[in-house]
Amino acid sequence: MFREAKNMVERSDIRVVRCGGSKINFRPPIISNDSRFVLCVSGDSVKVYSTRTEEWLHSLQGHTKQVTGIAFNPANHLQVYSCSADGTVKLWDFIDGILIKTFIIGSPLFALYVSKEHEGVIFLHLSKGTHHKNECFQLVSTHLPKSADQEVEAKELSVVSSHISPNPSCTAFGRGGEYIAFARKLQLDVYFFRKQKTYSFYLKATDKKGAKNAFTCIACNPTDDCIATGHEDGKIRLWRNFNHKKEYTYSTLHWHHNAVNTLCFTPEGTNLLSGGIESVLVQWQCGAGSKKDVLPRLGGSILHVSASPDGQLFCVSHSDNKITVIEDGFKVSGLIQGLVTGDTVLTDLMIDPRSKALVLNGKPGHLQFYSLLRDKHLYNLDIVQQEYIYEAGLDQFEVVKAVFDVKGSWLATVEERGRESSDLEFFLKLWAFDETTQSFVLNTSISAAHTDRIISMCFSSSEETTMLVTTAEDSQFKAWCQGADADTQQDQNFWSCDFVGSYHNLKPTNCTFSADSSLLAVSFQEVVTVWSPDTWELLTTLCQPPGQIRDLCFGRLSCSKYLLGTTTKNLLCCWNLLTCALEWSTSLEVSKLQADPLSENVAAFSYQSKHTDLFVFKPSEPLPLFTHEKVCSEKVHRAIFVPREELLNGCDERCQWLNGSQLYFLTQNMDLMTFSMATEEDRMLSSSKRLVIDDSIAVTPFYLLLGKHRQQQQKLNTPSHPAADKPQQKQSSVSIKQLLHTPAHVLPAASVLCSMFVNSLLISNTGVREEMESSEQEMDSEKEEEDSEGEMETRDSQQDLRAQGSVDEVTPKLSKAQERELKRVRKTDFSWMTGLIVSKP
Amino acid sequence: MGEFKVHRVRFFDYMPSAIRALAFNQPNETMAVARMDGAVEIFLVSDKFFQGKIIPGRDQCGIEGLTWVGERLFSAGLNGQITEYDLKNQRVKYTIDAYGGPIWAITGNQQGTHLAVGCEDGTVKLFAVNEDKIQFERNLDRQKGRIVSLSWHPSGSKIAAGMIDMIQIFNVETGQSIHRMLTDRGTSRSKECMVWCVVYLSDGTIISGDSGGMVKMWNDHTGTLIKSHNVSTCDVLALSVSRNEDSIVAGTSEGFVVQFQFISLVLEKNDKEWVRTRTFRNHTHDVRAVAEITTAVVSGGMDTQLVVRPLLDKIEVNSSASALQKIIFPHRSLVSCARKAGLMLFQYPGHLELWRLGESEGQGIPGSSLLVKTNPEKLLHLKVKGEDHIRCSAVSPCGEWIAYSTASSLGLYRLHCDNNNISITKISKIPKVLSSAKLCFSSDSSHLFSASTQSSVHVVSLSQSGCKLVGTLKPKSGSHQAIHLLAASEDGKWLASANSDHEVHVYNLQKKELHCTVPIYSSAVSAMAIHPETNCLFMMHADQRMFEFSIEQKQYSDWSRSVQRNGLHYIWLERDTPCLNVMFNPQNPSHVILHDTYMFCIIDKSLPLPDVKTQFLNQLTLKSLPKEKRKSESHAFKVCKTFREMLHVELMSDQSLVVVERPLVDISTQLPAPIKQKKFAT
Repeated sequence: MFREAKNMVERSDIRVVRCGGSKINFRPPIISNDSRFVLCVSGDSVKVYSTRTEEWLHSLQGHTKQVTGIAFNPANHLQVYSCSADGTVKLWDFIDGILIKTFIIGSPLFALYVSKEHEGVIFLHLSKGTHHKNECFQLVSTHLPKSADQEVEAKELSVVSSHISPNPSCTAFGRGGEYIAFARKLQLDVYFFRKQKTYSFYLKATDKKGAKNAFTCIACNPTDDCIATGHEDGKIRLWRNFNHKKEYTYSTLHWHHNAVNTLCFTPEGTNLLSGGIESVLVQWQCGAGSKKDVLPRLGGSILHVSASPDGQLFCVSHSDNKITVIEDGFKVSGLIQGLVTGDTVLTDLMIDPRSKALVLNGKPGHLQFYSLLRDKHLYNLDIVQQEYIYEAGLDQFEVVKAVFDVKGSWLATVEERGRESSDLEFFLKLWAFDETTQSFVLNTSISAAHTDRIISMCFSSSEETTMLVTTAEDSQFKAWCQGADADTQQDQNFWSCDFVGSYHNLKPTNCTFSADSSLLAVSFQEVVTVWSPDTWELLTTLCQPPGQIRDLCFGRLSCSKYLLGTTTKNLLCCWNLLTCALEWSTSLEVSKLQADPLSENVAAFSYQSKHTDLFVFKPSEPLPLFTHEKVCSEKVHRAIFVPREELLNGCDERCQWLNGSQLYFLTQNMDLMTFSMATEEDRMLSSSKRLVIDDSIAVTPFYLLLGKHRQQQQKLNTPSHPAADKPQQKQSSVSIKQLLHTPAHVLPAASVLCSMFVNSLLISNTGVREEMESSEQEMDSEKEEEDSEGEMETRDSQQDLRAQGSVDEVTPKLSKAQERELKRVRKTDFSWMTGLIVSKP
Repeated sequence: MGEFKVHRVRFFDYMPSAIRALAFNQPNETMAVARMDGAVEIFLVSDKFFQGKIIPGRDQCGIEGLTWVGERLFSAGLNGQITEYDLKNQRVKYTIDAYGGPIWAITGNQQGTHLAVGCEDGTVKLFAVNEDKIQFERNLDRQKGRIVSLSWHPSGSKIAAGMIDMIQIFNVETGQSIHRMLTDRGTSRSKECMVWCVVYLSDGTIISGDSGGMVKMWNDHTGTLIKSHNVSTCDVLALSVSRNEDSIVAGTSEGFVVQFQFISLVLEKNDKEWVRTRTFRNHTHDVRAVAEITTAVVSGGMDTQLVVRPLLDKIEVNSSASALQKIIFPHRSLVSCARKAGLMLFQYPGHLELWRLGESEGQGIPGSSLLVKTNPEKLLHLKVKGEDHIRCSAVSPCGEWIAYSTASSLGLYRLHCDNNNISITKISKIPKVLSSAKLCFSSDSSHLFSASTQSSVHVVSLSQSGCKLVGTLKPKSGSHQAIHLLAASEDGKWLASANSDHEVHVYNLQKKELHCTVPIYSSAVSAMAIHPETNCLFMMHADQRMFEFSIEQKQYSDWSRSVQRNGLHYIWLERDTPCLNVMFNPQNPSHVILHDTYMFCIIDKSLPLPDVKTQFLNQLTLKSLPKEKRKSESHAFKVCKTFREMLHVELMSDQSLVVVERPLVDISTQLPAPIKQKKFAT
């Protein structure tokens, strides 16, 4: 049914967009020359954060695929290069967020390196295409053509090495850019540019003691000729004399017990920073043997470390999508936290009904609350409440299930460990929202809720009583209520088991409450059972062989008589609960079924022939409301409808399903995606543009002058023409531009400008009167404005009175108003500004 | 391969002595090693570190320092004496008291004119090296506190002396102290800082290692510290500089050796610095001595092992020379067996032990262990009188005679064994000249051959009544180096001797004259024996090559020539311990039995020799093959690695093998406890 409909539905103006929470730890962050900004790649954009406030300032958008590398332009420290898998290198002004140039390389790029000594040359990682099954990467250098065009093709590539590691941290420039060192597996190559000669050094794969010698990262000392390499077994080797085939030498530092992920020399070359899975940053003193400082408990294994050009600031990016800012003195000074997705998200995507934040697995053993609106991590809720040990191969507690009740006052979580091994351990925990602390507090912890692991759970959706139903692999489902047990003390309402149900000893898979909580549907393999939660009576069974039930959901609002289910045998069924019969079914491989809580709509993600399609439909209607083909190329297992803060006014019929709430989903690459409408985008774009202009002006005395002027204009405009905001805005920016771009000889006399400029700098503390006098010219119009407003009102009331008296006097009143208008216009315009505009040819 | 009843003997509690000092002689490529018990050993670096000479020690002579002056070797110890060694005859030449209390350091200058010793009383004494002796010349300015370490400037004009908490630089001509450089006591202020070792480089840099775990570089011109490296939490005990002064190795009491290299921090620029580079962890205990030779770092210490760690950057091709070599046991046999009587004589430094082998019950399948019927029995514990340690010992094949020799005397005993009563009588009236470097009995136990000075062999006839010097066998010409191996033929007709100059002489015992001399081969003979039937002399060399020399025809045998033509398998050549014993199986004349520390091998001369491509260790593969195919696949070398570290293997007359094992674990348990180190995850 749906497949046929697909052809009918045209592609509307709805687009799948990556939304927030992209990985900010994909590549090493870089710190600007003045240590004020830290830049990091984030999906297909580059994000600029402030190092002091840790706020996200803006992002450099323009790439169409994952950005794979960033580096400052060595010739201009206010510009940054970025390369992307879309095959382009872009040059940005990162403070203003302006794209300066685009260089088109052609093939996907994987990393970017620059060096001060190689001006106008950048070094890139390219994929040489598949070669003996595994991909082959090469390092190429390219001269960036000097041309005024916005888009330039840079096709002249010269290969430096044709066989390098896919890991970009295995390549580094040496002192003064004289050589480049790159490691691959067990081989270290150093290429000297001047001699055009490569020296290669080999290590044995293992020695007698079982050391794993494969290279994992590389760094070059900026002042000495010393190359530091990290290895899989946690060793760091410091190579010297590497311009000799035989007389090269190295020393070994060993602290890390697992692979060294990153190495970084401080700019003076005095210290070496290293990090690994242990989540401990180690600072080695160069030349002092194994003397070191450690900064432990950074909370997440370290992926990259980078140092600011003055060596006062370090940025450490962690596996949990976090950047730690470490200041001089080796102390943590800031934290930039992105959406933590890790490798897998075990819990469903949820919305906290109170904060409207997205809730999912965060740090190990935590639930994270993430504001989608602000694209900001809010906080972590510690569920496991045990220290997490950062070591590979340890089996530790993980939050696997979590669910909120309707009001958001209760949270149920399940944590378990030992899933792979036979000795499974799990806890069911119930958390109550505490109004005073504004966070969840542990209410009940149940160690043996079931005899086997819990598969699913849900809260009843009624407002009065909260009930939790859990289903487990021990063929039972249990209902949990608060304070039902008589033994427990009355003042402390703990949760206890209320009912245990089973059905023919089959394993239950899913459970769900209807919207009014009058029905509970529990699926037992192929059979769906419907229970009454009040009496615990089995009302009916619905059966649709073949295939086990994978997902269950009740229809909402007008469709609440329908129960939807998907089976493993690619069937989407809809039962009518009134007739207890199958209403309709269609053959569709549905990987995720998600109902919109605010409307009748149900979204189904279907995985077929290596890509996922989305269908949005109402259970009562035979045709889907909306179809989107090729949403992504992976299976979608997690999706959520997020209610909007304000309802959008539906413009297009196809987009109406997005009016009330927005649909988010998580791909297997742990990218959070959403559907966005064209209108919405336009609005966002315009707001962002305005932001950019605001930011583009540095805070200078000149800005204060102009800014004040603009504020006045805005204030002027708002009461009279609220709708004409934008054009007025443009005008003002035009005039500023004119001022800035006009040659000095056509500007008004400096004396005119000067007095104003100086006045604006004066600190007004001598009294209101003086200030009024001194800044008369600026303040005048505003005051006049206010005055006229006040007058207007009084006049209006007078006018009403007069109107009652005689009608004839209307015309003079109008002319008076016009007069006033005229007067105001005359006063608002600055004399010099008008002169300026006039003088312009 | 044949089946043998094997006695696995583990009651020889041989304990090597810890290494105290190393001295490398560059022109001769010989390494002198001094052990704690006073023994001095000479290793031939070019000959796979074969232990060419052993000078046994004495009680109460703790050697502290060892130095070469030209070709002459000197040592000094805590007994306050300086000793010169007679390397030709492998004994002490003379000792001279320095009259300065215990001597902590001795070092000769590069010119070969003077020796400097550092004494407990704070004096540095200079001795002039004369042609035959050394003579006290003068004292340098006396200091307070002992002189722990010394180093000459290569020019010979200055001496650096390490003391407690300081380093002094002396002008040799005036004898005055030029500089006094104080070392830092480090964290523990109360503990004095011993400068255990100093090295004076030609560019005026002095490098010191001290008890604070620091290696410090000093400038001798200004007397200031240039750089210090914290190497260890414990002491830095030894330092050694390479010949071209671009590398230094330091041994620490934590058991590792650290290398420093003089390299430029910025490539292609000449301002070089000392940078800590490699760390070698091959020891479990204190490294008391290190030496950097041309291609390797040699270190030794309390764990008694001499470790040769090749520097791969100095070696041209990767070969067996690039492998780590550990020398644990002496390259001489300390065990002799009475083949007919089933007795074993174990040689300890200060005593001998005679054991009777146990007996087993019945037969068993190959690989199984038999029940022991009678336990091995210790028959005799023979203590040596005097301070000198035993040089060599032997028991006659019949088990009736025991002979041993120290540096000064020869002892000969007759054993009476009636039932369970054992008594010995010492044979008196042995001329003193018989002090021997190697002893050997004839196969019928009627004669004792004693290797003497000048490469001569004394023949002593033994009888019930006593012993009589029958004659002396002397080579006609050639070197006068001491003999270290003797082999008598089964029929009593021939005697072969091998000396340190690689010469092998064969004597006719009936005519009592030199029969012939085997062509000299470049490597030392490590083991040899005369075949009982063919009278061929079978020689194993330190470089693992083998020769068979027909005595009657005075030429190499055909088989030996075919071995030379064919070449030996690389696995055979890469073994790092020399063969210690050669035996023949009387039941199968074509079999030659050999052993080294780690393996035991039977060479079947009737089978084809392996070439490079054949699998060398093919015992397991052969087992899996059907019987018909085995023959075509098998080759002459049959190697058995079942046994642990072997000191000696002997084939007894009753066709049983005696394997004397000394597992390394047993040795390490007897060592003193190492410095406790924090190990990760413990």
